[in-house]
Amino acid sequence: MGRYILFRAAASVPVLIGITIIVFVILSLIPGDPATAILGSYATPENVARLNAQLGLDRPLVQRYFIWLGNLLQGDLGRSFSLNRPVIDEILERFNATLILSGLAFVMCSVLGILAGVISATRQYGLADKLITFSVLVGISVPSFFLGMMMILYFAVNLRWVPASGMYALYGGGDLPDLLHHLVMPATALAVVATGVVARMSRSAMLEVLRLDFIRTARAKGVRERRVITRHALRYAIVSILPVLGLQAGFVLSGAVYIEIVFQWPGIGRMLVDAILTRDIMLVQGGVLFVAACYVLFNIIVDLAQLWLDPRLGR
Amino acid sequence: MMVRFAKRILRNRLAGFGAGLLLMVTGLCLVTPFLGLPDPNVISTADRFSLPFEDGFVLGADHLGRDILSRLLWGTRLSLAVGLTAALIAALIGSLIGILAGFFGGKLDDLLMRSVDVLMAFPYILLALAIVAVLGPGLMNALIAVAIVNIPFFARNVRGVTLVIARSDYIAAARLSGRGSISLLLFEVVPNLWSVIIVAFSTTVGWMILETAGLSFLGLGSQPPQSDLGSMLGEGRAALITNPHTSVIPGLMIFVIVMGINLLGDGVRDALDPRLAKGTLQRSSPVTQVLRTGQPAPVDTQSTLDVAGLSTEFRVDKNPLRAVRDVSFSLNGGECLAIVGESGSGKSVTALSITGLVASPPAVITSGTVGFRGRDLFSEPFDVLRDLRGRRIAYIFQDPLSTLHPLLTVGAQLAEAMVTHDPRLTKPVLRRRAISLLEDVRIANPEHIMMSYPHALSGGMRQRIGIAMALANDPDIIIADEPTTALDVTVQAQVLRILDDLRRQKGVGLIFISHDLNVVSQISDRIAVMYAGQIVECGPSRDVLEQPAHPYTRALLASSPQIGAGGGLPKPIDGGLPRPDDLPAGCAFAARCEMATDICSASAVELRGSASREVRCVKWEAANG
Ligand code: SF4
Repeated sequence: MGRYILFRAAASVPVLIGITIIVFVILSLIPGDPATAILGSYATPENVARLNAQLGLDRPLVQRYFIWLGNLLQGDLGRSFSLNRPVIDEILERFNATLILSGLAFVMCSVLGILAGVISATRQYGLADKLITFSVLVGISVPSFFLGMMMILYFAVNLRWVPASGMYALYGGGDLPDLLHHLVMPATALAVVATGVVARMSRSAMLEVLRLDFIRTARAKGVRERRVITRHALRYAIVSILPVLGLQAGFVLSGAVYIEIVFQWPGIGRMLVDAILTRDIMLVQGGVLFVAACYVLFNIIVDLAQLWLDPRLGR
Repeated sequence: MMVRFAKRILRNRLAGFGAGLLLMVTGLCLVTPFLGLPDPNVISTADRFSLPFEDGFVLGADHLGRDILSRLLWGTRLSLAVGLTAALIAALIGSLIGILAGFFGGKLDDLLMRSVDVLMAFPYILLALAIVAVLGPGLMNALIAVAIVNIPFFARNVRGVTLVIARSDYIAAARLSGRGSISLLLFEVVPNLWSVIIVAFSTTVGWMILETAGLSFLGLGSQPPQSDLGSMLGEGRAALITNPHTSVIPGLMIFVIVMGINLLGDGVRDALDPRLAKGTLQRSSPVTQVLRTGQPAPVDTQSTLDVAGLSTEFRVDKNPLRAVRDVSFSLNGGECLAIVGESGSGKSVTALSITGLVASPPAVITSGTVGFRGRDLFSEPFDVLRDLRGRRIAYIFQDPLSTLHPLLTVGAQLAEAMVTHDPRLTKPVLRRRAISLLEDVRIANPEHIMMSYPHALSGGMRQRIGIAMALANDPDIIIADEPTTALDVTVQAQVLRILDDLRRQKGVGLIFISHDLNVVSQISDRIAVMYAGQIVECGPSRDVLEQPAHPYTRALLASSPQIGAGGGLPKPIDGGLPRPDDLPAGCAFAARCEMATDICSASAVELRGSASREVRCVKWEAANG
């Protein structure tokens, strides 16, 4: 087991390196040079050249990559010119907000999705199954940003149940209930599509498992049907649902962009969009890299969970 | 072919509805230029935020006083065009990568698939953002970004299928005969890839439309004055609370389009992906459905288990598959009844029907009774039947690798068998009992085996665990369905000995199901031979083996290696079983029987004789009265 964890962690190193290369290369390909962008239209050629040298931009690409990578490993992601502060500071400040939002959305989509899938599969072609299948179809077809806007109209403006935007109340607040009050609507909007996907996968995984021989064995033992479903069928189905959960983690992590815009949530997604619009390359680079690395790490956890659940894999 | 495919999709009502939605939307898009709508970009500040049906604006006007209906239709055109183009590009490039990687393999495959892996290591909305960051905001760039992000999905799926085709014997032979790679690729591989490409396309095109709309919504896609649905929604957001119609209308349009695509896409997948087709992916209920006409006959109270007139069929198509037809037998403690027949003869279904374990749907028990100690199991509520399962009537299945739960330890599965029927049992008691059960089936190191998972054990070991599990509650009846088939001869002998000892020492009634008369002869008191769902001969083992009365039994004996009559080489039976959905009116064996005459096929042949010897054959009936 310990060996496998090491092995799995080592296997993700090339992927992480690949990510840094891609992020570095594509963002170095950006037409127009950052120095001009930073200095604006007042730039003289000498100033531009001096800044380029200062930023190390006059060296060959490969050399620049290693310098950049070296800095990266020391936690230096460069400096955002639009915010005039180190990129890493900005990211760390905003990452919490994104993590809270997508974390709750992930928990919601996993729990509700699997639950809906299991109910749907065990009542196949029944009323509950039809209702769930239909809701799932609607859920995966509605754009999350549109759903978010409609939720604001209804729950925040019409019913006044929850605030329409932000993470904490401006005056007072700042505590956990206040956070949850602000969080519930954006997290739900973010979770809807992912829940639909998870529910679909769980339904078909369960249907497949319920046909397998060991389910018949459990029934032949006289095990109660509820227990056959949870302990025997779901236990097995989870192993094939896990990779889908891994994918959904990526979806809620990056799909948070829309939700953060719609609900003015102070997270990384909103930062990224602003950075792209202001062409703040360092900030984009840092943000993309950080989120992608989180996703890779999360998928290692998913793999390990799979190993823990399925003893056949670890040999 | 195309027409049949389209019909199959449209038979699915929801898919038809989706297709209808899409046709409507695309139809509207096509005629948009001819509708005489106002220019979508003409600004008229006086009409800002006109409501629907106000001042001649059918759907109202936006924050610049532009006609929303006109903008909606032009925007839809743009969104559809961009989404579809992105999907086509992704399909084309992705499939190309997949085909090359799968067909040529080796270094090229490694390189391409590693790159695809790295692309997939990004959450894909994030990757799209990064690409737009490089290229700069703009609709064209958003299109490229969305297309790139979806390439890996096509590449992976197409590569998988290509790999299978490229490794097929057929392609290998064609290569040997000197056909060039290019010709093979174009004429043998590509034509077989359409369905996987179409399925991948139908899965992703909805996402791609959503994604481009999303990028435009963020202001990274279409730039003013040009606008697609996403940017309309993005602009509407500023006035969401005061003038919701400016955002609700484009939002609903995106929803309708994507919903239509998803509905149709599901239909396409069902039609193309046979694994998802109806029937194979059906839930199985905890008990076989029982649909008997009329009042079931009272059950025999003399024997422990009494099966009378049992019929089970599978309702798959118009003609039901009649797997078990009017089967009767009885069994007492300490006895061993063997049920013998070729695979497909209905012996396993008979065994599973006894406690309603045949997967339903599609199985239905259409007649008969199973009397256990005088009670008809099919008339009892499910909970009574469930309680008997494993406690009074236990099963041993053929392949313990698939019949034991792969993710639970042996100990946990043994303990469950006991605790299910006696919840008061504590952990230490369960453990002690599990160990002694394993010792009963002669497992040397039970403590260690308890903590193992089934996959880590040998076949013989697993089968003993299956037997131990069946013994857990000291049942009255054990039904063993081909318990030794997957094992080699020495292990087979050990398992048989264990079973034989058990029934003699514990007085268990054993139903032993096998295709192998050789195995059966070592353990059974009586033998019932089944053919095409019916018992064709039944009697004491020695009589049946030494003086087989039914031509099928004789053929079966002749085909069996060691006890074959005359000691000659085993002689396989010619021909096959009749189709269970098209059974002959007369003797089911007539087509393969050497003694068959016209009377055999004239009308149904009854099982005749005394309780000690029953035979279903016209010839035998004539000879023995
Ligand atoms: S009834 Fe006729 S066809 Fe059938 S087994 Fe007897 S002899 Fe053969």
